Amino acid sequence: MGSLLKKRGWIIGFILAAVLFPFLSQNDYFLHIMTLAFIWMIAVYGLNLLAGYTGYLSLAHAGFFAIGAYALGLLTVKAGLNYWVSLVLACLLTSAIGAVVGLVALRTREHFFAIYTLCVGYIIYLVIDKWDSLTGGVRGLIGIPAPTNIGPLSFETPLSQYYLILFFLLLTVFVMYRIVHSLTGRTFIAIRNSEDLAQTIGISTMKNKLLVFVISTFFAGLAGALYASFIRFIGPDIGYITIIFDLLTYLLVGGIGTLAGPIVGTFLIVTVSQSLQFLQDYRMLIFGPLLTLLIIFYPRGIVGAYHDWRMKSWAKKKKQTEKKQKYVQQQSRETEKKIKEG
Amino acid sequence: MLIETKKLTKKFGGLVAVNEVDFTIEEGKINAIIGPNGAGKSTFFNLLSGSYSPTSGRVIYKGKDITKLPPNKIAKLGVARTFQTTNLFEQSTVLDNVIVGHRLRTESNILDAVLRTKRFKREEKKCRDKAMEVLDFVGLTHVRDQLAGSITQEEKKRVAFALALATDPEIVFLDEPTAGINPGETEGLAELMEKMVKKQITVCLIEHKMKMIMKLADKIMVLNYGEKIAEGTAEEIMNDQAVIEAYLGGDASA
Repeated sequence: MGSLLKKRGWIIGFILAAVLFPFLSQNDYFLHIMTLAFIWMIAVYGLNLLAGYTGYLSLAHAGFFAIGAYALGLLTVKAGLNYWVSLVLACLLTSAIGAVVGLVALRTREHFFAIYTLCVGYIIYLVIDKWDSLTGGVRGLIGIPAPTNIGPLSFETPLSQYYLILFFLLLTVFVMYRIVHSLTGRTFIAIRNSEDLAQTIGISTMKNKLLVFVISTFFAGLAGALYASFIRFIGPDIGYITIIFDLLTYLLVGGIGTLAGPIVGTFLIVTVSQSLQFLQDYRMLIFGPLLTLLIIFYPRGIVGAYHDWRMKSWAKKKKQTEKKQKYVQQQSRETEKKIKEG
Repeated sequence: MLIETKKLTKKFGGLVAVNEVDFTIEEGKINAIIGPNGAGKSTFFNLLSGSYSPTSGRVIYKGKDITKLPPNKIAKLGVARTFQTTNLFEQSTVLDNVIVGHRLRTESNILDAVLRTKRFKREEKKCRDKAMEVLDFVGLTHVRDQLAGSITQEEKKRVAFALALATDPEIVFLDEPTAGINPGETEGLAELMEKMVKKQITVCLIEHKMKMIMKLADKIMVLNYGEKIAEGTAEEIMNDQAVIEAYLGGDASA
């Protein structure tokens, strides 16, 4: 119960900080950076459910991010559809393509899955880059509209966009929380631990893996679509391989297979790399070794390390109280003896 | 007769791992499969539980042909198994590890999970109750809330039993359940198997510890080079010339 209250405390703390942030910083640039970070967080959550909870490291997610972004861009700009309809369609389209890719990709495991999806991601990038007549090729797609008004709510200002994307982030976290803390989530974790064992306790691994893959690409698509309408311009590089490695770094630093990991990792790296901007590309000289050390000593990232530390201190406390109890019992027994003897 | 195999054969390339084995598993008894290393015992298990599909032959479970079914479907029919090593999620509690074992008897899907429907709540409770029940059955209630990474080897074996039992099986296949634990603990696990049989769960196990098998098993099959060389009660097996030769080599007298 105590841990649940503590967890709730963290969640409320995060929401309060995120809601109050624009008033505290009063700086449009920081607001822009934070909004972008939220978009990355949504994509990282999608990746986390697949790579962290089910054990399938997909390197195609930058591609799905790009599919979501281009779907929204094309549906609004070229097809002239309503923004919200396009947003829904973009997510559904990304998941549909995800389902097809997943059907093939999930027949492979481990490294082979990673390599296969890496290729898929690159192919998606190439298609976007070369299909000039549809995507505009290297010139990219411009003039993507901002979200249209919902009743009295308008999303023209950076501040309103910030809150809109925060809303989607919280929705993502909410959905992830409920999935992870359910029988369905346990099923995914069982697959990660051992697929053979999962099968023998009656779990259809292919069905569940495909489900995770589709959900995971759905959130990558959602992040991409939000990105398109926030930046208002997209080019093929959003599907490039560097993006998936960025997402992966956020996830690894924060903690793969943990619920808070995507937020912690993304926030940390985005803010640190902002404050190290003056170093330009030499930043990587600092990031590289740090990341290596982190993976060696804390393979489950910052959040995972925190969990382990909490568990250890909890176990220690329990042992100490047990010792104390034993000591007290012994004492009382001895005094009893003394009384009897005396 | 709960399970019957008919001329079950598995070839890996040129190697015949299991060769035309006819075997019956008696209901409500402890059945054992023994044999020297590489005799094809584990392969035979994998064929029965659906992890491998046989090259030829059939597996009949309660009169139904299950030869072509995938492992998860076979599990649903009431056939459970354990592995030599059980991969538990070590950062999670023992109870959490076992809850998923009853997943196959539930229907709730991802929408139930996100919307927290009535069905979801009912089934979450059902799985939790089942996990508590089987942990109590295998005698692990006291470590229920400990991390799976912090329990002993013997307790891990018991968790594997619990996980198999949580699927509500009619028969449980145990792949070397007492490998790597000491004699006292082996005794404890043997008692647990007898307890399972008393609860109307048929047991079939692979084992190397002869003393234990001879005392425990109602029926024994001996495999050697993929072929069944003997089948019968402990006494029959102990006096079987072919078995003695397989274990001791040549025409030594045992």
